[in-house]
Amino acid sequence: MSDIIVETRHVSKLYGIRREDAMRMLRKGATKEEVLKETGVTTALYDISLQIPRGKIFVIIGLSGSGKSTMIRCFNRLHRPTSGTILFDGVDLMKLSKQELREFRRRKVAMVFQSFGLMNHRNVLGNVAYGLEVSGMARGEREQRAREAIELVSLKGWEEAMIDSLSGGMRQRVGLARALANDPEVLLMDEPFSALDPLVRKDMQFELLSIQRRLGKTVIFITHDIDEAFRLGDMVAIMRDGRLIQVDTPEGMSTKPANDYVRRFIDSADKSKVLTVRNIMITPVSLIKPDDGIDHALRVMRSNAISSVYVVDNQMKLTGILTLLDAVRAKRDNIELSKIILKDIAKTSIDASVEEIMPLAVESPYPLTVVDEEQRLLGIVTKASVLSSLL
Amino acid sequence: MNVDWLFDFPYRIKLNTDAIDKAVRGFAAAYSAFFDGIKMTLTSFVGAINWVLSHVPWFILVALVFFLGYKGHKKVRSGILYSILLCIIGIFGLWSLMNLTLSIVLAGVIVALLFGLPIGVLLSNSEHANRLIRPLLDMMQTMPVFVYLIPAVIFFGMGSASAVIATVIYAMVPVIRLTSLGIRQVNTEVVEAARSFGSTKLQLLFKVQVPQALPTIMAGVNQTLMMAMSMVVTCSMIGARGLGNEVLIAVNRIEISRGFIAGSAVVILAILLDRLTQGWFSEKKKEGGE
Ligand SMILES: Nc1ncnc2c1ncn2[C@@H]1O[C@H](COP(=O)(O)OP(=O)(O)OP(=O)(O)O)[C@@H](O)[C@H]1O
Ligand SMILES: [Mg+2]
Repeated sequence: MSDIIVETRHVSKLYGIRREDAMRMLRKGATKEEVLKETGVTTALYDISLQIPRGKIFVIIGLSGSGKSTMIRCFNRLHRPTSGTILFDGVDLMKLSKQELREFRRRKVAMVFQSFGLMNHRNVLGNVAYGLEVSGMARGEREQRAREAIELVSLKGWEEAMIDSLSGGMRQRVGLARALANDPEVLLMDEPFSALDPLVRKDMQFELLSIQRRLGKTVIFITHDIDEAFRLGDMVAIMRDGRLIQVDTPEGMSTKPANDYVRRFIDSADKSKVLTVRNIMITPVSLIKPDDGIDHALRVMRSNAISSVYVVDNQMKLTGILTLLDAVRAKRDNIELSKIILKDIAKTSIDASVEEIMPLAVESPYPLTVVDEEQRLLGIVTKASVLSSLL
Repeated sequence: MNVDWLFDFPYRIKLNTDAIDKAVRGFAAAYSAFFDGIKMTLTSFVGAINWVLSHVPWFILVALVFFLGYKGHKKVRSGILYSILLCIIGIFGLWSLMNLTLSIVLAGVIVALLFGLPIGVLLSNSEHANRLIRPLLDMMQTMPVFVYLIPAVIFFGMGSASAVIATVIYAMVPVIRLTSLGIRQVNTEVVEAARSFGSTKLQLLFKVQVPQALPTIMAGVNQTLMMAMSMVVTCSMIGARGLGNEVLIAVNRIEISRGFIAGSAVVILAILLDRLTQGWFSEKKKEGGE
C-alpha cells in the first residue's frame, strides 16, 4: 500500500458559463477577481495538486471563499471538478459510474459537516446508523455498530435522544459517530468545530485527536482557524482564492513560510492563541452598596454561601471587598461597614491576556476584579477559571 | 360628432367559438370510452366512500371527532366542542347530505394528493419543470372556478364524477406548491450528508427529504382539503348532491333560513376538517421519531 491515499492532479472547479475563456485567462496567470470581472466565472479551485498521506490528519486552511468546501466536496464527488483528476488509492474518481460512486461513498469516505447535517426526524441512533442503513445492512447489525460508534464519541446513554434536544457539541459528536459507524478509510470534515463555542471546541479537538490516533484513520480537516490547524494537523495546506499556496508540516510552515501571506496567517495564530479576561470572567453572584448595613452584608454572604462580597456604589464603581471575617468582627465590635472595606484589591482590565494576569490571580486571596477605565465593576476572575482555561 | 371609436377597441378578430366548441365536443365523443371509464371509476369511488360513511353509526362518528379533537389539541374541551358542532349538523337533519358532501370532498382530496404529491416531488427536483409548470399552477388557481365546470360537464356529464374532477383541478395546487417548497427547503447540509453516505435518489427522497419536509407537505394537504371544501356549492351546479345542493336550491327559491342552515353546515364541516387535521399534523411533527 502506498503512503499516499488521496492525490489530486491539476484539479480546477469553475462556476459560470464561459469556463473555457476563464481557464485560458487563469493559465496566463489572471487572478480570481480579474477572471470574474472579465468572464463572470467564479474560480472556486484552480490547478490544485495535492498528496494526502495515509493515516494522518491533513488540514486545509484558508479564508472564507478560498475554496475549502469545494475542495473537500470533490473528494467524495459531491462536487465534480471542471478539470483534473482525483485518485483515491489509485482509483480515478472521475471515472466511477453512478453505481460505483455510491459504493465508494458507502465504504471509503464519510463526511462531517459544519452545521452537523443531522436529521431531526430521527433520534441519535437513527442518525448514526443512517450510512449503514442505506448500504443495506440488516437492522440488528447496523444498530449494534451504531452503538459502538456512539460509545466511541462518549455519547453512550443518548441513543434514543432526539437531535433537537442536544447541545452543539453533542450534535457534532453524533455527526462524528455517524461518520465513524461506516468505518471509512477517510474522514472528511468541513469546519466541523467552527459552530461550537471555544471550550467545547477544545474538547472536540482533543476527542478527535485521540480517536484518530487510536483508529489510525486518514482525516481531511477544513478550518479557517490557524490555531486549530496547527494543533491538529500532521500536514497543513493553505489555500487562497482557489489556489494552493503552501503544503507543509506545522513546524515547516512556521519556520519557512512560503510568502508574506502565509507569514501573516501564522502571526495571527499567536494573537488568537491569547485568551483574554473577557473570555473567562464571570459575573459575581452578589454585590452590596457601601451604605448597606452589616447585617445585610452578612445575610447576603450567608445566603450565597460565599466568604466575601464586592462593594459597589450606585454607578457600579468598585469600592472594595468585604470579607466574612471582617464583617463578623465589625458586628461584634460595632464598627461601621465603610471602615472595614478592603480597598486595596487586585484589579485587571477586560482585555488583559490570561497569561498576564496569571501570577496575580494565583497570588491574590480573592478573585480578581475586572474593571473598566472608570473603575466600574464588569466581572470577576476566579483562580479556578484561570486554571481551567489552560487545559 | 361621433367619438365612440375613441372609447372602444377598434380591432377585433372573429373567433369561431362554435367551431372550437364543436371540436371539443367531437373530441369528447370520439374518446367517450376513455372518459366514461374515468367517470365510472370516480362515481363508484365516491359511491364507495359514501357507502362507508352512511354505514358508520352517527355516535361512532361523533366519538371519533371527540377523540381526534382531544388527541390533536390535548384538551377535553376541544373534543367536546367539535362533537357538539357535528351534532348540530345532525340536529338540523343534514346528516346524510353531509355524508354525500364529505364523500365528494374526500374523493377529490385523495385524487388531488395522488397526483399532487408526485408532481410536487418532481417540481422540487427540476428547476426546468418548475419554471414550466409554475404559470400553469398560477392559472389553475386564479381561473374563475366556474370555467372548469364546462369542460368537466362536456367530458364527464353531470354528476359526482365532474364534481370530483373540478375539485381536483382547483384544490391540487397547494399540495403541489408546498410539497415542492418543503423539499427545496430541506437544509442543504442534510441533503449533502445523505448523499455523501451513498443514498440512492429514492433513499434520499423517502428517508430524508420527505420526512424533513413533512410539516410543510402537511400544511399543503390541509390547504387542499380546505379548497376542496370551498368548491362544495360550486360543484352542486354540475350535479353534485349534498349540502352544496341544498344551498343552491335555497338560493333559487329564495328561502333564507334553509340557505342559512345549509350554509352553516358547510362552514361547520370545513372548520371540523381544518381543526382536526391541523391538530393531528402538528402532533405528528412534535412526536418525531424514526
Ligand atoms: N454553487 C456555486 N455557484 C457559484 N459559485 C460558487 C458556488 N459554490 C461556491 N461558489 C464560489 O466558490 C468559491 C469557493 O467557495 P467555498 O464554499 O469552497 O469557499 P470556502 O473556503 O469553503 O469558504 P467558507 O469559509 O465561507 O466556507 C467562493 O467564491 C464561492 O462564492
Ligand atoms: Mg466552506
